[in-house]
Amino acid sequence: MTSLTSFVGTIPQGTSHRFLHLPLRALAVGAAWLALAGATYALPEEGDFPYTATLAGAALFLGAATPLAAAFANRLGRFGASLAHWTPWLAVLALAFLAWELVTAKFALLPMPFFPPPQAILEVFLEDWPKLGGSILNSLKLLAGGYLIGAALGFAAGVAIGWSKTVGYWAHPILRFVGPLPATAWLPLAFFVFPSSWSASTFLVALATGFPVTVLTWSGVAGVNKAYFDVARTLGASPAFLVLRVAIPAALPHVFVGLFMGLGGSFAVLVVAEMLGVKSGLGWYLQWAQGWAAYANMYAALIVMALMCSGLITLLFRLRDRVLSWQKGLVQW
Amino acid sequence: MVAATRERPAAEIDPGRGGARLTVETVSHAFDIRGTPLPVLERVSLTVEPGRFVALLGASGCGKSTLLRLVAGLEPPDAGRIAVDGTAVTGPDPSRLLVFQDPTLYPWRTVRGNVALGLEARGLGRERAARADAALRLVGLDGFAEVYPHQLSGGMAQRAALARALVNEPRLLLLDEPLGKLDALTRLAMQAEILRLWQKARFTALLVTHDVEEALVLAERVVVLSDRPAAIRADIPVERPYPRHRDDPELVRQRREILGILGQPA
Repeated sequence: MTSLTSFVGTIPQGTSHRFLHLPLRALAVGAAWLALAGATYALPEEGDFPYTATLAGAALFLGAATPLAAAFANRLGRFGASLAHWTPWLAVLALAFLAWELVTAKFALLPMPFFPPPQAILEVFLEDWPKLGGSILNSLKLLAGGYLIGAALGFAAGVAIGWSKTVGYWAHPILRFVGPLPATAWLPLAFFVFPSSWSASTFLVALATGFPVTVLTWSGVAGVNKAYFDVARTLGASPAFLVLRVAIPAALPHVFVGLFMGLGGSFAVLVVAEMLGVKSGLGWYLQWAQGWAAYANMYAALIVMALMCSGLITLLFRLRDRVLSWQKGLVQW
Repeated sequence: MVAATRERPAAEIDPGRGGARLTVETVSHAFDIRGTPLPVLERVSLTVEPGRFVALLGASGCGKSTLLRLVAGLEPPDAGRIAVDGTAVTGPDPSRLLVFQDPTLYPWRTVRGNVALGLEARGLGRERAARADAALRLVGLDGFAEVYPHQLSGGMAQRAALARALVNEPRLLLLDEPLGKLDALTRLAMQAEILRLWQKARFTALLVTHDVEEALVLAERVVVLSDRPAAIRADIPVERPYPRHRDDPELVRQRREILGILGQPA
């Protein structure tokens, strides 16, 4: 609700703002991309990069398209609004690319094989995309399997520990002793106990996810306002109702904190597991690129990995916003 | 000891539909504070005839809320017997409902979802929403069914809590200082509201309060409890007709009398 009102509230102000400054902003962002295009195309290079013209072309296209789109932003609906919001960032991005281009390809101020220019990374994306795409897919499969298993088991364990004193008695010392151990420490053991490196990695990802989900679900269930249970009990609720309709919904905000922490932890384990055991995935691609001193491939994989991780986090945020929509106006997100 | 309870003509009692008869026989109860028992109720005996409105009056922390929890069946008493319509209370039951000082609405459910809680818990699926909406109309909250509790004011939240109880058609309504946290004006409006609902539904009402005036305006009988451990100090019938006025000379006299019993300068 808060974000909605603040969003709605800025529209009139933003409109007048845009009328005054839009031409300037649109011209600035266009000029920045055109500068990148010009510098990339015209300046002599220290080295041989086959995709320099492609990069210059892409920059030229953006140099023409961004000011045009910005000028008509108010007719482009949601895309236009989001474009207007990101225009300053687009300009800074172009300048950053320009600086990167200058210190690498043009003036070779940074040591060459370790710091490739933008066109070298563009080359990786355009030529090596089947291998890169396959790696993303393999990483996602491994991550999804491990994460879902870990989240489901962690949630069930957390509810059981939070609800039942007996389960809590037995589980608490185990969690206290084993839980703080980083999941990556299990790696050597997992790779010879499990039949395949894939199942071992799934186990490790599930472990990294499961621990925070268990602990936070448990503390969420244990911390539910006791009066909620009194209310339900007087109204004739069964124990199953108390768990499913009272304890779990009341604990869900905590559960989501655990799911976020688990997702972060699962990324780390995934990459390490892929680097050391699994012969596929982005972690493996990174390792492989480093082995062949293909630094442009490494940067490309890092960019893809950043997009994947932030995309998954965004997805989880979306899910939380749906499931916990009742919290809007109650908690500052 | 049980004080004189006024007998009603048998014809007025409708055991099928109306209020329940509550009997509390020599109930004692203690809390366990780190191994040391802290007595909160001492041989409390009380009978409430069906459909009557009785107020339990005492200082804060004297044990009157504990008595309500025992009657609701949330805890068993250490000694003595509590019975409703002659049947011993062994656990919570939707025919005996407790309205707490805090509305304790579930923040993740809409107002309608909160009111329908009891129907849902007992698996009464049919016409659940319609019955919840009817209960909301009864407490003057129609139009707020889709709203979440945090969007309600204190008085509205307490109305929703009343609707959550009334939708189950309780025969005994236990009110644990339900107006304790409301501002003075809302309090007055809600007192009239509770009275109206009681007169309409004819449940037996047991109100715990530390507000002498509130007890006198609402109840047909005021049971005055001593400090912890709570024992019954006086059982005073209030015979003025409804609606009552705070400045009614008889009520003012009774207020002075009760404050005297509680050891307060009138």
